[in-house]
Amino acid sequence: MDVLFAPFQYEFFRNGTIAAVLVGGLCALIGVYIVLRGMSFIGHGLSHAVFGGAVVAFILQFNFYVGAVSWGFIAALLINQTVRKTTISADAAIGVVTTASFALGVALISRYRRFSQSFDAALFGNVLGVTPMDIAVIVFVTLAATFMIFFFYKQLLFTTFNSEVAQVYGIPTFWIETWFALILAAVIIAAVQIMGVTMIGAALVVPPITIRLLTDSFHRLMIYSTLLGAVTGLFGMYLSFYVDVSSGASIVLLQSILFCIALFYVSKIRNKRRLVATPVYGPT
Amino acid sequence: MDPLIELNRVAFGYGAFNVLDDIDLHLHPGQFVGLVGPSGAGKTSLLKLILTLLTPREGEIQRVRPDLRITYVPQIETVDWSFPVTAEEVVLMGLDHRQNIWPWPRRRERKRASEILDRLEIGHLAERHIRDLSGGQQQRVFLARALVADPEVLVLDEPTTGVDVRSAENIFHWLTMLNQEGMTILLTTHDLNMAAAHVPWVVCLNRRIVAQGPPQDIFTEEILSDAYKGNFIVLRQDDMIFVQQRPHPHGLKEVLPDPVEGGLPNHDSLEKTVQPIPASKEA
Repeated sequence: MDVLFAPFQYEFFRNGTIAAVLVGGLCALIGVYIVLRGMSFIGHGLSHAVFGGAVVAFILQFNFYVGAVSWGFIAALLINQTVRKTTISADAAIGVVTTASFALGVALISRYRRFSQSFDAALFGNVLGVTPMDIAVIVFVTLAATFMIFFFYKQLLFTTFNSEVAQVYGIPTFWIETWFALILAAVIIAAVQIMGVTMIGAALVVPPITIRLLTDSFHRLMIYSTLLGAVTGLFGMYLSFYVDVSSGASIVLLQSILFCIALFYVSKIRNKRRLVATPVYGPT
Repeated sequence: MDPLIELNRVAFGYGAFNVLDDIDLHLHPGQFVGLVGPSGAGKTSLLKLILTLLTPREGEIQRVRPDLRITYVPQIETVDWSFPVTAEEVVLMGLDHRQNIWPWPRRRERKRASEILDRLEIGHLAERHIRDLSGGQQQRVFLARALVADPEVLVLDEPTTGVDVRSAENIFHWLTMLNQEGMTILLTTHDLNMAAAHVPWVVCLNRRIVAQGPPQDIFTEEILSDAYKGNFIVLRQDDMIFVQQRPHPHGLKEVLPDPVEGGLPNHDSLEKTVQPIPASKEA
């Protein structure tokens, strides 16, 4: 039991674990909608876009959270509107908008080299740097995202399933998508400290696709994906502590291992059972 | 009686190209209207204009009331069949979400969904994933979603595409019943024979309205040839109309006998009712 409880004597681990569990669950919850909309790349892209926004906020001496969330929100809206109003596909729009934003961040860093070290943490995640302020932000974003998903569950479901038809049925799809873009940008900012820019994309996508392999029910997908994200956040922190690797990488590695197990189960065991259970008709 | 939806001199296009021109169309309460025309004629665009999903380039579209309840059954090809939802969850999407802010449906909402699914004879499939249903059952699920909202106008885009003949017949049977109960219905279809048999008012479209009226007036070789730019054979017996596009003489010359001499049905009763077939322009 010491193995489980010993790390909690350190404040950084306590803070980091609270943040990792919340961020893991939150990313996995939001990720369900991202995966089902066929925009799996958006998390990866927006986290890079936000990086550009964070650098700009630093240079202009803006509040980091305000600058980065605004930047991410604008990037998400630009992507949504480009896909809605043009024939450009989602992956291409994400590629253009977010890479341009990331490139701006990189250009500014290479111009003002004095703060490059602190941005290493933003790129790869640094659990040691989680402060009570960061936890407060994560809790706030988690509550806001959960509130939105809870009270707009049906509207979000219909909009994700078929945005155009949802509009006919009186759902304000533009506002739903705008709110979702804002929440997504906020989630990515909240997750940067723990996951790092380079790992957020995986944290958004891997839990939902793992559970999607195992269920055909939307509400089960939401619940189990969130649980998987939170649990891997917790055990990823242990892994990070004992193996001494980056927290974001350990959480994503753990999620990826579980994805492989689910994939193996579905392709080898469940399908085999189905094959046995299905009667074969035809000449014998 | 004032039309529920009125289109006056409507034009719509993508880029420099106009898909629809000079469309005048009135949809009156209790009407059952079928839009027919070749692929690319602008049928789906016209529906989307009526649903306000598109904005006309010219002309105006008026609704009798801003809160007119219209529901829509999209083309089955536009549905993401891997999306994790059951038949019942799809039907529940059609309910007015402002009536219930909680994420879970109320008991009476589930009861209403169940009644509609039962009426369409798929109540036993409510818990099934939509991918696990046949084409006809899938189409009925989306029809149920449209009906659960208790619409005044029901709009359907190709409701019989991808379903077998019996299912298509059933769908038109239900639509006829709904229309007899007072629901206004507007649909597009490629199935001219089904439209001839079930739809009381047909609008023949090819970028503009070629003709509109009862099927017996619209399904003539002249009108269909004008709309589809091809040769059609129209057979009439009693109050039934059969429409068949004549095979292209060049494409089938080597494998089929002459389409006029050998290609028609060999029933005496039908031969008597065959209308004169104009000579092919190419012949």
